Amino acid sequence: MKRNDWFLITGIVIISILFFVMHYISGQKGAGEVTVFVDGKMYGRYLLGKEQEIAINDTNVLRIENGTVTMAQASCPDQLCVHQKAISRNRESIICLPNQVVVEVTATEEKTYDAMTN
Amino acid sequence: MKKRTAWFGVFTALALIFSYVETLVPVIVGIPGIKLGLANLVIVIVLYKMDVKTAALLSVVRVLLAGFLFGNLFSILYSLSGGVFSLFVMAFLRRTNWFSLIGVSIAGGVCHNIGQLVVAAIVVETFSVTYYIPYLLLAGMVTGMAIGFTADKMLEHLKTIKLV
Repeated sequence: MKRNDWFLITGIVIISILFFVMHYISGQKGAGEVTVFVDGKMYGRYLLGKEQEIAINDTNVLRIENGTVTMAQASCPDQLCVHQKAISRNRESIICLPNQVVVEVTATEEKTYDAMTN
Repeated sequence: MKKRTAWFGVFTALALIFSYVETLVPVIVGIPGIKLGLANLVIVIVLYKMDVKTAALLSVVRVLLAGFLFGNLFSILYSLSGGVFSLFVMAFLRRTNWFSLIGVSIAGGVCHNIGQLVVAAIVVETFSVTYYIPYLLLAGMVTGMAIGFTADKMLEHLKTIKLV
């Protein structure tokens, strides 16, 4: 291996670590909701604290349990999203590519101050 | 010329078998889309032993055949974008001589994943895919390294065999 190979490896590792740190920081924000997008459009928002199963069109079933989200069912053959680990932190996501379903954990939207100040 | 065609057939068959073997290996739980990329071993060897044109053609033929046999239209779209981008980068880096074969293979593995991720972001119209970037970078690096080491060893043994 050449010296440049090691530079490449170090570079990739550093970039990955930066992304991990970025995700860790954004994950610190309290996670309260799960937002579902289908075809790039918002499909619905659901509370992370409430145990529930959500049918997304006829293609996917989402399960919220103990504050974590998993894809319980998907109509696609590869089932990648079903096998993915549970998500619970802000900005984490499960994506079902064949059905174009994106499930993302989001921080609870802060109330606008208009309501408080009147 | 005839010899080339024969070799191309051999390598296509080999790449296809590797693609099949890979469908038998269960996906690592947790992060979707992480694969060893065994077929890329054949692509890397062809890239070094024959030429860019043959490697590119093999890459496209392999993706199409494997996609129709073991996958679906979606997997073809992703594999194709990853494969083409990866090959483009590997061919470029090979010419520049900046890296050894292992470095080239690492870059190829990483770019394979980046290409797929970009298409995924376009298809689902979301930036949520950034969540997967570090995992896919590291996975591409590790598998690229494994493929690179193996290809390096194989090319040593293939030294005396002339393909073109």
